[in-house]
Amino acid sequence: MTDGSQVGVIFWFLSFVILISGFMVVSLKNIFYCALFLVLCLFSVAGIFILLEAEFLAAAQVLIYVGAVAILMIFAIMLTTDMASKEITQTNENVTVGVFVSVIFAISTILLIDKTSVWRYQDHDFSEGVTVTLGKLLMTKFMLPFELVSVLLLAAMIGAIVLARKERS
Amino acid sequence: MWEIVIISSIKVLLVVVAILTGCAYATYMERKVLGHMQHRIGPLYAGPYGLLQPVADGLKLIFKEDIVPDNVERTTYALAPLLAFVPSLLTFAVVPFAADVDMFGYRITGVISDLNIGILWVFAVTSLGVYGLVLAGWSSGSKYSMLGAIRSSAQMISYEVAYGLSIIGVILIANTFSLREIVEQQASITDWFVFRQPLGFLLFITCAIAETNRAPFDLPEAESELVAGYHTEYSSMRFSTFFISEYANMIAVSSVATTLFFGGWQGPLLPPILWFCIKVFLFMFLYIWLRATFPRFRYDQLMAFGWKVLFPLALLNTIVTAGLVMLTDWL
Repeated sequence: MTDGSQVGVIFWFLSFVILISGFMVVSLKNIFYCALFLVLCLFSVAGIFILLEAEFLAAAQVLIYVGAVAILMIFAIMLTTDMASKEITQTNENVTVGVFVSVIFAISTILLIDKTSVWRYQDHDFSEGVTVTLGKLLMTKFMLPFELVSVLLLAAMIGAIVLARKERS
Repeated sequence: MWEIVIISSIKVLLVVVAILTGCAYATYMERKVLGHMQHRIGPLYAGPYGLLQPVADGLKLIFKEDIVPDNVERTTYALAPLLAFVPSLLTFAVVPFAADVDMFGYRITGVISDLNIGILWVFAVTSLGVYGLVLAGWSSGSKYSMLGAIRSSAQMISYEVAYGLSIIGVILIANTFSLREIVEQQASITDWFVFRQPLGFLLFITCAIAETNRAPFDLPEAESELVAGYHTEYSSMRFSTFFISEYANMIAVSSVATTLFFGGWQGPLLPPILWFCIKVFLFMFLYIWLRATFPRFRYDQLMAFGWKVLFPLALLNTIVTAGLVMLTDWL
């Protein structure tokens, strides 16, 4: 239904929104607005997924990142009353380190995408439906990374509980 | 190509008009039913049986002055009602209202868009609804609104977990995300998922009421303690946008519950669309009935109930259902 040029226009528009909102996240003074631009950024990424015909990933992106992760951040910002007020501004003291890390990350990602071929669309048989194939791949071929991520999440959860728990004296 | 666009546009228009009318008359129904449950008679003077009351209310709200307090964040303040309203309408994009019909030589499906990720769409859109409340509460610059926003975000995140888990049983049995296929699998009353997933249904409807911020889970607005919570500082049409979105959310949840657990438009004799409306109407009645029956939860009770009762039960339901599905596949 959509031809190449339309997809191109939508892609550039979404990429533009992602970049601008991403820049806003790290540069705005009011941290609440930073969080809101992060939401816009994550939402546009879901749009890119839709463009790539990965509807499941798009829904998961909105459900998890926009619906849960970002709202938790906003919740935390609102709970720490000083941060929600207009007087407190965000100061970005780690600009140099930040730029360094993001450049390294960008270069390594580009190199990886260029070198790796296992996750390319045409390498897999999607006759059973994308979601089923994705689930099966996660449980067979990519079992180890999947489990590693689970362990990482578990560690983060335990860490959060330890931090949130009050000291018993 | 153009036929598809025109047919889809007509369907969208019809659905939006139906939802907005439904919202208006849901307020009438709520006041009438609540009235009778409390030995009152409800609205009576505008039109026969007070039937024109929603029209009168709507006109009144349109002509009221739009008061914007001084210390609000203007952009987000204006954006919040829309962010609350739009997601409540988006849900209806994937809900199947009727069977397919052949009309004017075209096959017209009874759903605006039969996405293959239907259920996920519903939940993704539902999870966006909280932004309207949070933005309204934060940008109003009022402590009542702020408390309402904090409550709503905590409540909606907590209940969303069990909400999402409660329907995994249905997905496992149906083996599809498409709402249309789920309805088609419930052809006879014995196939209704409410009988195959009784615990799942109870969890779903409990969490759904919490997600739509209705009594007994209406802590974000709690009139008696928070002076209407997140929409304290809103007036005129902005207020009514919040008001409409609450009812649109109720209709959306009722529609999804009907589709997932009560066979959607399936039913004997009457036309499918009518069956759908009857089932949705019964859910709306349930909502009002619950409001008239139960007192509001205390905040710590609400959180404990969500995390310590609903969440483990939803996990249990998922594990048991998955086990049973595997067992029947294996046998």
